[in-house]
Amino acid sequence: MTTTDTPRPVDAGPGRAVSKKRSRGASSGGLRRAVPATTLLWIMACLYGLPVLWFILSSLKPAGDLFSYPLTLIPHHPTLSGYSQAWRSANFSQYFINTTIVCVVTTILTVGVSCCTGYALAKYDNRWLKAFFICILATTMLPGEVMLAPEFLVVRNLGLYNSFAGIILPAVLTATGCFMFRQFFITVPDELVEAARIDGARELSIFLRIMVPLSRPIMLTLAILSFQWRWNDYIWPLLMLNDPNKFTVQIGIQSIVGAQNINWSVLLGASVISMIPLIAIFLVFQRYVMGADINAGLKD
Amino acid sequence: MTKSAAAVSVRQPRRRSTYTLAPLVLIAANVVLFALFFAWPAVIGLVYSFTNYTGVGAYQFIGLDNYHNLFGDSAFYDALTRTLLYTVLFVPLNFALSLLAANLLVSKHAKGASVARVIFFIPWLLSPIVVGVLWRWLFGENFGLVNYVIEKLGGSAVPWQSNADLSLLVVVFAASWAWTGFSMLLFIAAIKNVPVSYYEAASLDGAGPWRQFISITLPSIAPTSFIVILLNTINAMKEYPVFVSLNNGGPGTSNNLLVQYIYQTGFQRGQIGYASAASFVLMLILMAVAIIQLIVNRRVENR
Repeated sequence: MTTTDTPRPVDAGPGRAVSKKRSRGASSGGLRRAVPATTLLWIMACLYGLPVLWFILSSLKPAGDLFSYPLTLIPHHPTLSGYSQAWRSANFSQYFINTTIVCVVTTILTVGVSCCTGYALAKYDNRWLKAFFICILATTMLPGEVMLAPEFLVVRNLGLYNSFAGIILPAVLTATGCFMFRQFFITVPDELVEAARIDGARELSIFLRIMVPLSRPIMLTLAILSFQWRWNDYIWPLLMLNDPNKFTVQIGIQSIVGAQNINWSVLLGASVISMIPLIAIFLVFQRYVMGADINAGLKD
Repeated sequence: MTKSAAAVSVRQPRRRSTYTLAPLVLIAANVVLFALFFAWPAVIGLVYSFTNYTGVGAYQFIGLDNYHNLFGDSAFYDALTRTLLYTVLFVPLNFALSLLAANLLVSKHAKGASVARVIFFIPWLLSPIVVGVLWRWLFGENFGLVNYVIEKLGGSAVPWQSNADLSLLVVVFAASWAWTGFSMLLFIAAIKNVPVSYYEAASLDGAGPWRQFISITLPSIAPTSFIVILLNTINAMKEYPVFVSLNNGGPGTSNNLLVQYIYQTGFQRGQIGYASAASFVLMLILMAVAIIQLIVNRRVENR
């Protein structure tokens, strides 16, 4: 195990980062070095920020102004008509509700199941667990896209075609989730488990009463990741669903793109609406993503 | 980890037999999911790849015919080479960009790092479909901002959409842009874990920042670099949604990647057996990539 595995209290993340930075640079530097580094950082940040900014500002333009030359960054007549048109057209609000249901249910299941698996892999040792560990490792090498056709047949034969369960269940097992919890529980001292055993606690109640509350920060991190994965998922819902009332947001957007003549005003509005939930969640729970030592769970 | 497990089992020899039920209960849900949605499809996929199954009705075993046809299929070859080209372009670009971003963010000299970090990360939150739409809007041939700026600067409009290679390049930019945030987080975590004393010693010895980066940072974060490359290679090999919304695998079919090829043969033409064979070729490539990278990683770490 490397030093990465020391549990880092999430709340202390940014503060510690700052103090580390200071101590590293105390010896030399000053303005002469600060200028090029800062300039480079902000040139890069502009390159990354501008496309999104241009996209959002464009979505505020009325349909007639979108292609009028000269192009202007700031819309002259800002309007939300693109948004309202997108929201009203083609069941978009229904897509939104569908996607939310799928995301929330999958996320809850993923966090719960990953927590159990991660704990078992970290704190117990027998050959079944070792074998299962390798099985989970294999799933990272073979993503669902590789087995599109057979996986579709399996889900269809289980009678889950054209149902939300068909999207939710195959997505619950994630290697990243299991490994994130496993790495966290490895850092929890074994003495804690031993002490509880001596006090006569049963195995599953040790897990539920002591370990689950301890792992709350990891749960939030995984919840955000899982929500992002499912919200942005495209190909699997596309295969699974054929009832337009069950479509997800991404399918809705792609159906606007796939049209013969793209209605850019609606497309921009719909895309920006679909971005809002994730960006809002991210800005609220930022520290759980940024502060976490995400290492994709693969590093041992 | 193995060491501590061994020590515990020496101390308590009965431990193993006492607790087999509890862990099995804990992993039960995932075992079922693994069996249903991973092991079962993998097995029937392998079986179907030797048949002419179309998704319904009966099927016959046709031996290696699917694989044989696959290697004579120019559409498959085009998809395969295009996918490999995309991977070869995307992985290094994303690696360089995210490593640069991570270094700038960790550097004590750069001001405003906490805001910049959010800016770098936001593209990762966008769905691949939206990323495609966004870059399509940016690189539109007649209406995009990029061509507008190029024309304003005196150049002529670049055929971002009708030229197959430029079109691929736009997707490479778009995907690198979108995936920087995540790779960057991995790098930041790794760089922060490099002991500060190494840098202090190096600067006492007179090593400049570039020298420190080459001799300390890069070797110290080698395991993370390995993971970033591996994950990005897998992601690139299975890329599909960005292409679909950016150029729909076009112009024409020139940028159809493997997953799109599998999707089209399997689900639009109903050749499930044939598509399964293509899937298995993709799977073998991914496994080969993973094994090669594991070996290289071992060698680098043991050096």
